[in-house]
Amino acid sequence: MNNETTHALALSPEDIPKAESFFKPHRIVLIILFVGLVLSIAILMRWDWLPRYLPQLGNGILVSLAMLFTTSLLGFLIAVPLGLAQVTGPWFLKVPARLFCTVIRGTPLLLQLWLLYYGLGSLFPQFPAIRQSFLWPYLREAWPYGIAALTISFAAYEGEVMRGAFAGVPKGELEAAHAYGMGRWTLFRRIWLPRAVHRALPTLTGETVLQLKSTPLVATITVVDVYAVISKVRQETYLTYEPLLLLALVYMCLTGLLVLAFRYLENRIPTRGA
Amino acid sequence: MDSFVNWSLLALSAPGWGGVLLQGFLHSIEIALGGYALGLLLGVGGAFGKLYGGPVLRDLLECYTTVVRAVPELVLILLLYYAGTDLLNQLLGLVGLGTVDISGLMAGVFVIGVVQGAYSTEVLRGAIKAVPAGQIEAARAYGMSPAKVLRRITLPAMLPHAIPGLANLWLIATKDTALLAVVGFAELTLVTRQAAGATKAYFLFFCAAGALYLALTLVSNLVIGVIERHARQGFVEQR
Repeated sequence: MNNETTHALALSPEDIPKAESFFKPHRIVLIILFVGLVLSIAILMRWDWLPRYLPQLGNGILVSLAMLFTTSLLGFLIAVPLGLAQVTGPWFLKVPARLFCTVIRGTPLLLQLWLLYYGLGSLFPQFPAIRQSFLWPYLREAWPYGIAALTISFAAYEGEVMRGAFAGVPKGELEAAHAYGMGRWTLFRRIWLPRAVHRALPTLTGETVLQLKSTPLVATITVVDVYAVISKVRQETYLTYEPLLLLALVYMCLTGLLVLAFRYLENRIPTRGA
Repeated sequence: MDSFVNWSLLALSAPGWGGVLLQGFLHSIEIALGGYALGLLLGVGGAFGKLYGGPVLRDLLECYTTVVRAVPELVLILLLYYAGTDLLNQLLGLVGLGTVDISGLMAGVFVIGVVQGAYSTEVLRGAIKAVPAGQIEAARAYGMSPAKVLRRITLPAMLPHAIPGLANLWLIATKDTALLAVVGFAELTLVTRQAAGATKAYFLFFCAAGALYLALTLVSNLVIGVIERHARQGFVEQR
């Protein structure tokens, strides 16, 4: 598989223009046209429902962001051992890790989500042991399945990235650390992991943006994220375009903020050359 | 539960759901192929517009690719599905042709194509930029016309750079078709859910559908490998 190209598919920090290059004559005309378009949308379309749903929308955005951050963090924690197992592990770790990444990356996330929610969700109640366990109140909800599916998906994609990143750390650096007398764990913690994360950071940005774009899928299993709130608005107001346009705007803002945050993060790490 | 897995549910004819599943799979592949082809067309146009077009065209294309890459596919699919069919009908109404029923297949191809177009624009633009400028200058110095430079130098030289990205896009297209289940198009994922809901054999059907998607991915990977080896002939292997 060709992992070096996946990050080109998501929005990356270079795609957000810098302010100084922004004002050229043709751009000013375009901006005026764009403002006119936005104004006509705001005036000609119906927005009277907006104040009524504003609190729910805020909650929905928070749910979406919570989904994004918990699953990215958990997924990354799984991705590190996955990548490591594929680079240095013995065959009985290498093969399952490889298989996991291939299977998850080869099937649609929506299918995995529905398999977990409808499949496991219909299987669990048949076991009294599970029904009586302390986990049952959570397993009856939809969000644990959403988090599980998104985490697994992120782990598989990021596991491939980390495999490349771990393999790409120059041998000499590891040997130098070894020569300094570092133990395996210290070497991993101080040299190998930070260097690999540093190398993977641009790709990580892309994957996180893709993960944000996957979160609305959880609305299909009744988790009330921002997408679900908008679906509810559409059902209750019979409006087609206005809620969807607002939703697109919300996601554009979220993606933009995420990309800017990653740009800040990348700039904080000093680099020399490439 | 006497037997854990009831395999007869996957039978191809009426009481079993296997035939329905395969039909849905076929629809998925059709949409993926159509959407990918449309995306490639848009991508070629977009890449050349972005590289050689005027400033206004360039900015408009930048907006297109940025918006598509920033907004979730699911939202874009809903927006394009409703807006696209509605706008087409309104246009036809203006011309006086009356309304048409747009088939789910056409709408699906259109939606996936628009999304893919933005991504392939970026992939192709990157690939064209990766062609050494000296080669193109040399071709110009030989007196080749721009069309000839494109046909003889730029396209063949950019292909090895573009293939990994385009291969990824194909895999994404096959999996994006699953999202059309949300707008109610009977492709593999929706059909699977219906079959699973009707028989309560959720695991069996979702795993069967997963196996079909996985088979498509693995076969695609094999084909991509062959194409890639072919395109890389005569190229110095990097790294």
